[in-house]
Amino acid sequence: MTVHFKQDEPDNSNRLDGMKQGVLGKPMPRIEGLAKVTGTAPYAAEYPVENCAEGVLVTATITRGEVTSIDRKSVLSMPGVIAVIDDEKLCTRAAQGTANEAPMQGPAQVCYWGQPIALVVAKTFEQARDAAKHLNVEYRVEEGAPLDPGEVEPEEQEDETVHQGDLAHAMAEAAHSIDVTYTTKGHASAAMEPHAAIAEWDGHKLTVHASLQMLNYNITELADALDMEEDDVRLISRYVGGGFGSKLGISEEVVAAALAAKQVGRPVRVVQSRQQVFQTVMRRSETTQRLRLAADDNGKLVGFGHEALVSNLPGESFAEPVLQSSHFLYGGENRELMLNVARIHRMTAGSVRAPGEAVGMPALESAMDVLAEKVGIDPVELRLRNIPEDDPEEGLPFSSHKLAECLKQGAQAFGWENGPRKPRQRREGEWWIGIGMASAARVHNVSEAKARVTLKADGTALVETDMTDIGTGTYTILAQIAGEMLGLDPKRVLVELGDTRHPRGPGSGGSWGAASIGSAVYVACKAIREELATKIGTSEDKLELNEGRTPTGESLTDLLEGKDLAREGHYEPGDIEDDYTASGFGAFFAEVRVNHYTGETRVDRMLGAFGFGRVLNAKTARSQCIGGITWSIGLALTEALEFDPRDGHLVNCDLAEYHVPVHRDVPDLDVVLVEERDGAASPIQAKGIGELGMCGGAAAIANAIYNACGARLYDYPMTPDRVLAGMPD
Amino acid sequence: MRPFQYTRAPSLAEASNLTAGENTLAIAGGTNLLDLMKLQVETPGQLADINRLGYADIEDTDDGGLRLGALATNTETAVHPRVRSDYPVLSRAILAGATQQLRNKATNGGNLCQRTRCFYFTNIDQPCNKREPGSGCGAIDGIAKLHAILGTSDQCIATYPGDMAVALSALGATVEISGDKGERSVPVRDFHCLPGDTPWIENILERGEIITGIVLPAPVGGTQIYRKVRERSSYAFALVSVAAIIELTDGKFSRADLAFGGLAHKPWHDPRVGECLLGQVPSDALFDKAADILLEDARGFGENDFKIPLTRRTLHAVLSQATEDAA
Repeated sequence: MTVHFKQDEPDNSNRLDGMKQGVLGKPMPRIEGLAKVTGTAPYAAEYPVENCAEGVLVTATITRGEVTSIDRKSVLSMPGVIAVIDDEKLCTRAAQGTANEAPMQGPAQVCYWGQPIALVVAKTFEQARDAAKHLNVEYRVEEGAPLDPGEVEPEEQEDETVHQGDLAHAMAEAAHSIDVTYTTKGHASAAMEPHAAIAEWDGHKLTVHASLQMLNYNITELADALDMEEDDVRLISRYVGGGFGSKLGISEEVVAAALAAKQVGRPVRVVQSRQQVFQTVMRRSETTQRLRLAADDNGKLVGFGHEALVSNLPGESFAEPVLQSSHFLYGGENRELMLNVARIHRMTAGSVRAPGEAVGMPALESAMDVLAEKVGIDPVELRLRNIPEDDPEEGLPFSSHKLAECLKQGAQAFGWENGPRKPRQRREGEWWIGIGMASAARVHNVSEAKARVTLKADGTALVETDMTDIGTGTYTILAQIAGEMLGLDPKRVLVELGDTRHPRGPGSGGSWGAASIGSAVYVACKAIREELATKIGTSEDKLELNEGRTPTGESLTDLLEGKDLAREGHYEPGDIEDDYTASGFGAFFAEVRVNHYTGETRVDRMLGAFGFGRVLNAKTARSQCIGGITWSIGLALTEALEFDPRDGHLVNCDLAEYHVPVHRDVPDLDVVLVEERDGAASPIQAKGIGELGMCGGAAAIANAIYNACGARLYDYPMTPDRVLAGMPD
Repeated sequence: MRPFQYTRAPSLAEASNLTAGENTLAIAGGTNLLDLMKLQVETPGQLADINRLGYADIEDTDDGGLRLGALATNTETAVHPRVRSDYPVLSRAILAGATQQLRNKATNGGNLCQRTRCFYFTNIDQPCNKREPGSGCGAIDGIAKLHAILGTSDQCIATYPGDMAVALSALGATVEISGDKGERSVPVRDFHCLPGDTPWIENILERGEIITGIVLPAPVGGTQIYRKVRERSSYAFALVSVAAIIELTDGKFSRADLAFGGLAHKPWHDPRVGECLLGQVPSDALFDKAADILLEDARGFGENDFKIPLTRRTLHAVLSQATEDAA
C-alpha cells in the first residue's frame, strides 16, 4: 500500500523530537563502514560476473569534426580482441543531472578532444587497452573550434537575469562602492572510484552494475539511449566511491557496456581510466564574475550586482548557476544579476559538488571583504547588517534562516576578534599569519521520493529504495529514521539501496538526498505507526514505541501476529516550494600562513558553523561539512583544470597533476552544528548538508591571505605565483 | 600497456647483456616506468628485473663517506641513521618527494632515472620531441607552468622532476655504473643531460649500463637545507627547490654548495653561485648577486615566468635561514 504525502504547509510539530527511541541525530557510525574499509563492499566493477569481456573506450584526438573511418582490421587480429563497437547509440557525453533522457549520442561527430568514439572489447583489460590505442581512426577535421570563453559572443541565461532599480546610479551615489572582477578555474569531481559498468543481458532484459548517483533518472536515461522499456532494465549501484556530481547522469561507459554486451553475446565490463574520467565526464566551468556592491555609511547595501560568464559545449542546457545564492543572500534594492554562457569546445561542463555557489560564493564573499575594509567595519558585522528580512528579489519569507546565529556562534568558537582589521600585522619567521571569514549559503532542494518500509513479523524492519549512498551516510540515516519512528535499535533495521527493483528514490545530488528520501521513509513509518496505533486502540500521535515495545509492554511481534506490515511512503514537495525561499546558511573562519619568500599558503585551522535544519546523524553530518571545507581549501589554493590553448584538451588529467588537497593541506577543522528545525524545508525538518560546507569557504581563505600578507587577489586558485605577484614589497 | 617479455636478471652481467639489446629496459621499483607503460609512453619489448641483483646495502666507504646501493629503497635511504645525521639534506630531499607508499617501492638508482612529468610527454596523442623525436614540443606554446627556465632548447623545455638528485648534486655525490665495457664513476652533476637537439637523451647511461650505487663523499660541516616550493604541501613536484650546504666561518661564507630543482632538464648546479658567496659576509645585496648569477640566462615561457622571481626569493630564504642557523 502506498501512502502519498505532498507537503503544502510547514510542519512545525517537531514530531521526530517526541519519539522515544532517541537514536535520530546521534553520531552513529556508518552501517557499511566496516565493509568498505575491509574491502568487502563491492563497487561497480568488482561484481563477480562469469565470462565477462573487457571494454576500453577509444577517444578522439581532434577537437571538432567527423570520424570518417575506423579501421577495425587494425586491431581485430590482435590477441584477445573480440570486437570494435562504434554503434551510433554510443554516448559521446555524460548526461546532465536529472536529464531523464539519453545524453548526446552518435560517436561519429566529434565535439571535443578526448570524446569517446568507439569501444574495443577483448578477453582481458590489458588486451582491450592496447588495442584501443592501436585502432586506426581517420577524421575530417573542422578547424577553428572556439576554445576560449572570452573569444565568443556569449548567450544570456534570461531566467537568471534580474534588473531591479538602478544599480549604476546607486554605485555612483553610494557612500562606498566597489567594482571587482574575479575568476575561477575549472574543477574536476575527482572521485576515487572511476566510472565503471558491467552489463549483462538475459534475453531482452538488461542488468547493469554501475557507479551512479541517481538511479531513478539513470534508468530512464539508459532505456532512452538503448530504445528500451524501463521495465526491461535493472540498474544496481549499492556502493559508490564518490560522485560529487560526476555520476548524476549516466556516462559513456554505461551505454557502451550495454551495447557491447548485446553485440558480443556475453557480459562486458567497461572501466574508464583515470585520464578518461578527467577528460570525458564533467568539468565545472571556469568563471569570470563581476561584483558590484554599493553601501551606505553604515555598510548597508543599497546596490548589488553579480554578473558571471561560464562555458559549455554547444547543445548542453547546463550553465554553472553561479548566482544561485546571490539572488537572496544579501539585501540591496538596486540589483543587477546576469549569467552568460559561452559555447566552446572543451569537454562537457556539468555539476561538480555545489554547482553555482561553489564558485559564486567565493567571489561574492571575497568582494564583501573588500567592501568591509572600505566601509571600515568588521566583516562579520558587515554581513550581520545585510541579512534581509525576506528574499530581496522574490519577496518571499525564508523557511528559516540561521546566518546570524552561524556568524555569531562561529566567530565565538573560532576566537574572531571584532574590530577593524589591517593586513600584515602578524609574522612568525618567514610566515605572515592572517585570519579571514565568509558566509556560507546553498539553496535547499527536495525531490519526489519513494521508499518501502516493512515491519517484519520478527520485530525487525526493512527499508527498500533505489536511492544511493555515495559515501554520505544514507544507509545509516535511514536506519536511524526508521528506528526512531518504529521504536527500534537501528541495528534491527536493514536498509537496501541502489537497486532499481526497489521503489524510486530521489537520487543523491543537489544535497537533496537525505531530506527527500528521509521524508519518504518518515511517511511510510508514520503509516505503519497508524496501523499499530489502531491495533492497540490509540492514535498515532500518542503512540510511544521504544526498543520494540509499547509503553504498556506489548511487543511489536505480538502486535503483528506473525504478519509483516509494509507501507510505501511517497513524499512529494508541494506548493510550499512556491511560498518560501529555503536555504542552508553558515559561516567560515580561517587562519592561514603565507610564506613571505615563496608565496606558499597553508591553512592552519578552519571552522565552519552551519544551520541546515535537523541534524539526522551528527557524525555523518559533520563529515559532510569537513569534506566540504576540504574542497574549499582545494578551490582556494590548488585545484585548477588546465586546458591546452590550441586544441582544448585537458592536460592535467590525473590525481598527481590535478591538485586536490592532501592530508597535510587539511589541518585542524572544526564544525559547529547550529540547532535548527525547518518545518517548511521537508517533513523531517531537515535541509541539505552535502554541499553547504564548500559554499564560500574559499573566500575565508582568500580574505585571510589578504589579512596575512596584504595580497588582495581576485583569481582562484591562489597559487604561489599569484600570491607573490600580489604581495606588496 | 603493450605485451612485453619479463626476465629476471640472474646477475649483473646478464642484466647488462639484456639491457644492451634494443627495446629492453631495466625495472627496479617500477613506480615511474609502469605508469608510463600503461600510458604507452614507454613500450619496451622486454623488462629486465634487476631487483634481485643485490646492491641494496648502505655502507660506509673507506674515506668516511657512504655508499648507497642502487637498489636500496628511497625510504631505507631517507631513514638511515648516517644519512640522517651526516647528510640531512639528502634525507629531507627524499622525504619531500612522492608519497610514503611510492618511496617504499622506489629505488635510488631508479629515482635518478625518473622521467619528466611534462603533460605533453605523458600524453601519446600530443607532440613531444622527447617521446617522439621530430614531432614538436607541445609545451612551448602550451601549458608550461611547471617547465624549465634554464638550459632549455627549442626542442624541449621539460624539467627533471626529482628531489633526491638535487640533494646529491649539492653533496657532490658520484654515480657508480657497471656495463659490458666495465665500471665507471660519474659525478651526479654530470649524470643528467640538457635537452639540446636530443631531448630523448636524459642521462649519460649507455645501453647495457646499470647503476649499482651512489657514493657520498665524507661528510662536511655546516647547515644543510632542502627547500621545496610547491602548491600543495605533499605529493607535488617542485616549482623550485634548493639543496644547500652552507658553512660560515668568522661570519663569512666558507662553504656554499647549492643545487636547484624544478628549473631545468637536470638538477641545476652552477659553481659560480656558491663561489660568489665564499669569503663574503651575508647580506641581501650578496644574495641578490648570487641570484643574478644563477638567473643570468633564465628565460620563461609565459606561464612559468614566475619561476624567475620565485627562484630569487627562494634562494634568499634559504641563504637567510642558513645564515641564521649558523649564527
